[in-house]
Amino acid sequence: MNRATLNLWVGFFVLLGFVAFLMLAFKVGNLSLDGSGGTYEVVAHFDNIGQLKERAPVRSAGVLVGRVHSVRFDTLHYNAEVQMALDSQYHFPVDSSASVLTSGILGEQYVGLDAGGDDKMLKNGDEIKLTQGAMVLERLIGQFLFNKAQDGGADKTSTDKGAP
Amino acid sequence: MRGAWGQGLRNVGDTTLRIVERIGAVVLFLGQILRHSGTSFRRFSLVIREIYFAGVQSLIIILVSGLFVGMVLGLQGFETLQSYGSSESVGVLVALSLMRELGPVVSALLFASRAGSAITAEIGLMKATEQLSAMEMMAVNPLARVVAPRFWGGVISLPLLAALFTALGIMGGFLVTVIMLKVDSGAFWSQMQAAVDFRHDILNGMIKSLVFGVAVAAIATFEGYEAPPTAEGVSGATTRTVVSSSLAILALDLLLTAFMMKGWN
Repeated sequence: MNRATLNLWVGFFVLLGFVAFLMLAFKVGNLSLDGSGGTYEVVAHFDNIGQLKERAPVRSAGVLVGRVHSVRFDTLHYNAEVQMALDSQYHFPVDSSASVLTSGILGEQYVGLDAGGDDKMLKNGDEIKLTQGAMVLERLIGQFLFNKAQDGGADKTSTDKGAP
Repeated sequence: MRGAWGQGLRNVGDTTLRIVERIGAVVLFLGQILRHSGTSFRRFSLVIREIYFAGVQSLIIILVSGLFVGMVLGLQGFETLQSYGSSESVGVLVALSLMRELGPVVSALLFASRAGSAITAEIGLMKATEQLSAMEMMAVNPLARVVAPRFWGGVISLPLLAALFTALGIMGGFLVTVIMLKVDSGAFWSQMQAAVDFRHDILNGMIKSLVFGVAVAAIATFEGYEAPPTAEGVSGATTRTVVSSSLAILALDLLLTAFMMKGWN
């Protein structure tokens, strides 16, 4: 096989390989979303984060505005400290609140941000003070049963009072 | 130790030592290839010729198998996910399994049997017909002139083939689930894009296939170079190339996956 044909085929092959790689990166991996623009970090303390993991989405009004950067246990306050990297094109007031939510019944957990009303905006390194931790199903059920039992007891006492 | 038990134990020890020796010899050979790689990069046309034989000629088998593997993943995933009412997630399943595991591993296995065996047979036959000795007589180092270009041709080709395999696999999955089974195409792509991470999934997959490329090319050239210069010797070496590079690929895959998983959480 002569040299020119060989070079042509190898060039075609290498180009095809790079196109496949770029397709994976941009069409499948959605590279532009993570890379574009800068981010700023805010921190929030939760009493319970449930199954929240690193790289979990941070959403406001359902729109992806950032990702969880790191999760660690704060030995000073005995709660969970969550670092979030927010996209710098989105600004939130300093009195915004963060809560750990679940998408769907069995879905992944994410941080939901609700904007507050303050004029000042969150900057890099700020802390979100208003937080609500994850719902723990066992506690929820326990609370429900406890309330139910209390209601039952209350009903009984009221009927007892009314009987005589 | 005497008797049948002692003999059995000796056999186990002997086999183990021989395997370890073999691995050590391949690693030393790899070092020698790297030392003699200068010529390959000064005369890159040598490598281009090998990329043609190892890469371009493996295109058809890689593309067709990628398409089929993606289609099967799509069908199987759809079947199972449908019973949980989340058939849209089939895109995530297809993309992640192809990118993290099947793309690098299956394309490396195919590459070992399609191109690795050919490299071994070619070098082995060159040795059997004393072409390598003839080169040495002419003061041409066969490691630099014959082995290193084949090694680099394999190392460059495999990651490209793996990327093509993965891309075609995702197309195959798209074809089966979106076109045939009527999964929503927007959900298919958007869930995939939300789940796939460039660094953790795509780059790690590429790193895997690069490592597999080095392993397969080193084993294939080693077996050819060390083959006994007879017809049986070459045929045995070809078989050994396929067997030991397949084992090496799967073992390295386990190792790399364990390391990469540890980096996540």
